[in-house]
Parts: sequence; structure tokens; C-alpha cells
Amino acid sequence: MTTSPATERGGVTGRAPWPLVVPALLGLAFLVLPLAGLLVRAPWSTLPRRLAEPQVLEALRLSLVTASLATAVCLLLGVPLAWLLARASFPGRRLVRALVTVPLVLPPVVGGVALLLVLGRRGLLGQWLESTFGITLPFTTAGVVVAEAFVAMPFLVISVEGALRAADPRYEEAAATLGASRWTAFRRVTLPLVMPGVIAGAVLCWARALGEFGATITFAGNFPGTTQTMPLAVYLALETEPEAAIVLSLVLLAVSVVILASLRDRWTSSP
Amino acid sequence: MPKSSRWALAIPLALVLAALPACGAGQAGGTPAAEGGRTLTVFAAASLTGSFTEIGRAFEAAHPGTAVRFNFGSSATLAQQIVQGAPADVFAAASPATMKPVTDASLTAGAPVTFARNKLRIAVPAGNPAKVDALEDLADARVKVALCARQVPCGAAAVKALDAAGLKVTPVTLEQDVKATLTKVELGEVDAALVYQTDVIAAAGKVKGIAFPEADQAVNDYPVAALAKAPAGDLARRFVDLVLSRQGRQTLAAAGFEVVPAP
Amino acid sequence: MTGPSTGPSTGPSTGRGAGLRARLVVTRPSFALDITLEVAAGEVVALLGPNGAGKTTALRALAGLTPLSAGGTITLDELPLHPLPAERRPIGMVFQNYLLFPHLSALDNVAFGPRCQGASKAEARRTAADLLRRVGLAEQASARPGRLSGGQAQRVALARALAVRPRLLLLDEPLAALDAHTRLEIRSHLRRHLAGFDGATVLVTHDPLDAMVLADRLVVVEHGSVVQQGGPAEVARRPRTDYVARLVGLNLFRGVADGHRVEVGELTFSTSERPAGAVFVAFSPAAVALYRSRPDGSPRNLWRARIDGIERHGDNVRVHLAGPIAAFADITPAALADLDLAPGQEIWASVKATETHAYPA
Repeated sequence: MTTSPATERGGVTGRAPWPLVVPALLGLAFLVLPLAGLLVRAPWSTLPRRLAEPQVLEALRLSLVTASLATAVCLLLGVPLAWLLARASFPGRRLVRALVTVPLVLPPVVGGVALLLVLGRRGLLGQWLESTFGITLPFTTAGVVVAEAFVAMPFLVISVEGALRAADPRYEEAAATLGASRWTAFRRVTLPLVMPGVIAGAVLCWARALGEFGATITFAGNFPGTTQTMPLAVYLALETEPEAAIVLSLVLLAVSVVILASLRDRWTSSP
Repeated sequence: MPKSSRWALAIPLALVLAALPACGAGQAGGTPAAEGGRTLTVFAAASLTGSFTEIGRAFEAAHPGTAVRFNFGSSATLAQQIVQGAPADVFAAASPATMKPVTDASLTAGAPVTFARNKLRIAVPAGNPAKVDALEDLADARVKVALCARQVPCGAAAVKALDAAGLKVTPVTLEQDVKATLTKVELGEVDAALVYQTDVIAAAGKVKGIAFPEADQAVNDYPVAALAKAPAGDLARRFVDLVLSRQGRQTLAAAGFEVVPAP
Repeated sequence: MTGPSTGPSTGPSTGRGAGLRARLVVTRPSFALDITLEVAAGEVVALLGPNGAGKTTALRALAGLTPLSAGGTITLDELPLHPLPAERRPIGMVFQNYLLFPHLSALDNVAFGPRCQGASKAEARRTAADLLRRVGLAEQASARPGRLSGGQAQRVALARALAVRPRLLLLDEPLAALDAHTRLEIRSHLRRHLAGFDGATVLVTHDPLDAMVLADRLVVVEHGSVVQQGGPAEVARRPRTDYVARLVGLNLFRGVADGHRVEVGELTFSTSERPAGAVFVAFSPAAVALYRSRPDGSPRNLWRARIDGIERHGDNVRVHLAGPIAAFADITPAALADLDLAPGQEIWASVKATETHAYPA
């Protein structure tokens, strides 16, 4: 468990069995070919000009900022929720676990409408938020973060809960015998132990938030500079200029691949 | 051992082989020559959903054994699909601009015909909380306004109308289609939006429509055309004829469209 | 530093009260534990018993990791312990697989407890470094547990448990995870440290040797109850259950005594002691002599037995005997060859009266 995974990976000797290799390659092709399609059709000559458009950079910046904030929100709320599901026992836990996956199943547009019904100007909580604090979420950047967090949270919760279930709870007992409260044990022992799961969950969560379209445009609307993220810009570009849409998609893909690849290297090199 | 490994080979191979004819069938299934009858495939703008469904039913009644299949969606997306080779017989778009890629690719059988017009209305939530009653009110910073994005027909029309009125409106959102814009009004998230008359009628009481004179400057023409490569050939022309007929125009008028006199 | 390996049951008193007094009651649907335990400050008590006897449950109950059922109480230095959660009890625990935190260095593992008790980071690390030096691991301070050998990990675990200055030290199978060679070395190391610890120590093991070497007193637990307790020498000489007899390597029988004669089933044993009434009779397998034909001079304690099995036992050979009593006999390989023994064979067995101990049941 504590030996570096990098050294163990090479430990299995012999050729990979082809009943695994053939479907694996087919699967890879299935995932990568659409990307190749985008690359082939990309209008490379106009690429630099399009990239320089302030709206593109604005949308990209907004996407990165909101996806990161949404991931932070998910970590803040999702890790404790995962802990509750994995460690605490309470009536209806199965139901709660099923409810956590609702945003995965719900069509995102419906999720956006649901958010409006709760947090919108006339929503159950939204009304109160506006009358008490003067806060309205729809059509604001905060609203984008809310929509993205709603849709992306299950990825984090499921990943972290799995890691917590796999982690040996006796480490928490050892911490208790050393005088650690449950909170200290969680913070200083459990959390570091499940960190790989938390990171994996955060990466999934961030990627999902970055690509979020339906819930965002429904709940937060679409306005350049405040709520128009890259996927929204891509969708609208598709209406009139499919080539522009391809460029925007490639930018989004390239940026996310670079960020994820560089983060992964950093995480796996220091276990 | 050799036997089991042969089986192991057979499974992924079978999957691949099974997938290949399935791919072909996917395209063949698009050709509307269904067994025992004929199928007509109509690509139409989302705003035509109600009226075209009704016209389709009438068409089926008049042509026993024929099934009309619809693909409703954003006109621009539908045009893209047709240009990319989607097997459609008829295309009805929400604007001449969205019909253009199809005519540019010489995919229509003859010139498209304008069959209906749609006018913008100010839509306000039930109760009209911001007391909007004219287009100028949308320029008030305290009024939250939703417009369609300028890339989609209702957005282009809204820009035209506002320009005609010499108004500068800062919306809180530029929605991806007219239905999404209307939803924001229905839920009361915005105080006003510019949508089509037909959408106000379809929302049946959940929003209130307000007519304004500048709407005449931004009338949206709906063109329809039978397609050159129509798999159902003559049926496509007959469907277009039905849309342009008295019966078709009555249906469209009931949905809130302004009907174009027969050419 | 001389470890009291066979000392009396009262350890050096620190004047800090009575050490540990506990009645450990844990009731579960399939299992019930109810034992009383008293451990003086400075004393080391080993809980010995077969798997599933409840030793580890008892230890976890002392630590506060398993709740006590009704009737259970724990008093440490005259203060009630059972109402406190695990983290508030003045205990140190060494777990069976040590459970060193894999993400922390050896030093930070040891400093963990002091940090939780409110020491500053620097202070905690000083304490930890000092303890690591005392267990001979100053060089490994910065190593992660994954880089430590089993013996080193055991010593870090001990240092970590001692770092919280516990009044009660709990060790769960502290040597079970070690190979034979390391075990020998760590056993004597552990013995030295336990001798230097002034609080009460409870140690759980299923290995009689660990128990004998490390503990001042043994408490044997079977099926959730105490079946025997006493100093290691006492327990080793006078086992009271088959389990203990097997552990200490003695043949054990129940009988009825009358003077020097003890009736065990249809056999009569002569013994050196003179108890009366219900007694145990115990003798070492090495004290059993085997003969192919009935020996001359008719020694006492002679019986006819059938060989049930033959196996190697250390440098000797252990012969399993069936017959009026089931017993073991240990003979040399040379004797085995001389006697030409084989399973199923009928032979004569005897044991000298001076090697046969009888004590009240």
C-alpha cells in the first residue's frame, strides 16, 4: 500500500493478453476518433485570429474560474457527505446514497429548472435569499458555480466514499488511542489516507464542471463575461459558425488536457 | 485451452462484426421507405412543433399507409444535419438565414417558399410584476430582461426590433432558443423577454404577451422547401402543398402565426 | 535493568494509586466476555488464550474502542475510565499490525500523540526524537513506515504508544507479525522497555513464550472467561485446562487423589505430592518412557498404549499415545530407531512418580 505505485505497475511480466488488448484498443479508438474528427475539420488558418477574440478568452477564463470554484464547493460539501455515507450509520442511508446520484441521472436542463424552482427569484429558498440578503443567483457567475457544483458533486462524493470504504478504519482507532478527536483523526489521518481518492474525485468533478452546459444555461443563463462559459459559447457558435464552434471546443479540450496531465504528474510523483 | 482462446477471440470479433451492419442499418433506417407503407421525414423549426404535428396528422389521414416523422429542433442545427447528409424530405426553417446553407448546397427542390410569419411580443410573467407595457420599459435598468442570443432567429429579430426603436437594452441573459427564453419568464426569473407571438399562445396563460409597433420591423419569415434528394420524392412536394393550403394556413393561424397569402 | 520475569504479582508501586481494576463485560449475540482484571502500576499482565477467546475484545474495551455492556467498569489509578471516550483515556496502545500512519514519517508518527495532547510541533518532535533514540531508531526518524522492517515498525509503534505518557499500556499481539529471528530480538527489547514503564501494562498474546518472558502474571481467557491466572512459573507447572497444558507442553489429566495415589480413569498414578480429593495430574512428555515389552521390576505408573501417530517435535520425536489415557511422549530419534515404533503398534508406557505432579483441581 505504501510502496510507490509506479514501481508496482511494471511488476506484471509477460505480454498483455489480447482478449484485453483488442477491446482496449477499440475502446480507445472509440473515445479518441471524435477528437480526431474535430482536429481534421478544424479551420487551422483562422485559428490564431479566433483565439485572439476577447470573447473567447473571456469565456475560457470564466470556464476555468467557475469550474475551479465549483470543485472547491464540491470538496467543501462533498467530502463530509462522503464521510457521512461511508462511516456514520443512520436510518435511510441507502436512500441518501441513491439521492446523491440524482444529478447524474437527471438531464442537466431539468437539473437547471429544478435549481430555478429552489434558488430562483421565486424559488423556495431563492425568495428568502433575496428578501433577507438581497442575493439572487440566476444570471450571476455565482449561479454558474451553483449549477456546475450541482451536476459535478456526485462524481466527487462517489469517488471519495469509495476511497473511505476501502481505507482501514483501524487507523482512526489508532489515532483515537493517541488522543485524537474524531475530527483530528479525520483531518490528520483519514483524509491523507484517502487523498488519492479525493484527488481523483476532484479531477472528475472539475472536468464535469468544465464541460457543463444544460444546467448552467438553464439556471444561470448566458451572458458574455458573467455566465457565458466555453460550452455555452460553443453551442451558440454552432448555430451560425460551426467552424468557430470547433475552434472553441479544441481550445477547451487542449486547456483541460494540459491542466489535468500536469496535475497528474505532480500528484503521482510525490505519493 | 486452444478452444477457449478461440472463443475469447470470437467474442470481440462478433461484437465488431455485429456493429458493422448495425452502422449500415442506422443509415438505411433513415430512408423513409418503411415496409408496408411510406414514411415522410420532416425537419422543422422547434416553434412549429404544435402546428406541424397537426398538419402531419392531416397528411397521414389524406394519405393512408403513409407515416410522417418529425425532427423538431433549432433551425440552424437542422440545416447542419441536412448539409451533412441527414435523410430528410422536407425542411421548414424559422428564418431565411437558417434556410440559406441548404439552398447554398443546392439541396432544395426549387426555391423555398415563405409560408408563415412570426412576430415578436413582449412576454411578461403572470401579474407583470415590473409593470412593463411598452418596448421602452425594457431599457430600464431595474427590469430584468431575457433575449434570445443573436445567433438564433428570435435573437436576430429582437436586435432588429430594438434597433428600429433606437433602444439599448442590457439583458441579463442571452438564451440559446426561444423556449428557454420563455421558461425564464414563466418561472418569473426575468421581468420581460422578447419571444414570438406563437410562443406566447403556446404558453397558454402562464405568460402575458404585449404587442408593440416595432415588431413589424422584425418579422420572421418561415420558409419551407421539399428537398432535392428527398427519399420520399413526390410525398415531400405534397406535404409542402398541404402546408400552403387553406387547411394548413388555418392551423398555423390558430397557433399564432401570421399567414402569408398564397403566391 | 532486570526484568521481573517470574516475580510476584505485585510490581513496584509508584504510590499513584491502585493501577488498573476492571470488570470487562461485553455481550454480543454470538459471544459474551466477562472477566475481572487487576493490574498494579508497574506490573505486566498477559491475557493468554486461543483465538476467539475474547482477549482482543477485552483490550479494545480497555482502550474504549469497544463499548462495555451493562455491569462493566474500568478504574485506573482510582479514577473511573469507562465513561471516557478512547481519545480522553490515558492509554497507549500497540496494535497487532502496528497501524503506523503510512503518510507520516516515523518521527511524526511518534509525535502524533503529543500533538493531540496540545504540545507544540517543535515540542512534540523533541519528545518523539527522544523516544526514537531510546528504542534505537534515531536514524530512521525521517523514514516512512513502508521503509521500516517489521522489527523497526514494532519499535516505532511502542515509542508512539509511550509518547502520550500513558498510565495504561495495551499491547495486542505485539510480536505476532515478526519472523522468528526478529521476534527473539524484539522480545528482549520489549521486555526491557516494559520493565522501565511505571504504569500498568496489559498484553494480549496467544504465544506462551511471549507471555512467560514479558509478563509478571498470566491471565488465561477461554470462551470469554478467566480460566486460570498466576505467575508464569505457576501456570507453566500447574496448568488447569487442556488449552494451557498444550501451551506449556504438559500432559494433563483430571483424577481423584488419595494419599500418593491418584485414580485417573482406570489407571492409578503415584505422585510426589500428597493432595486429596479432585486433582489435576500433570507430567512432561519427556518424562514418559516407552517399552516394546513389559519392563521388568514393574515400575509404577505403567500402562499399555497404542501408537496413534509419530511426528517430529524440535530435535526430538513426539509419539501420540491412545489407550486408557491420551498422552504424548517425547523420545529421541535414536530411541525411535531402537524401538522400531510404527503407528498402530501396542507398547508399554510409564512415567516416574517424581516427574508426576498432582495439585488440587
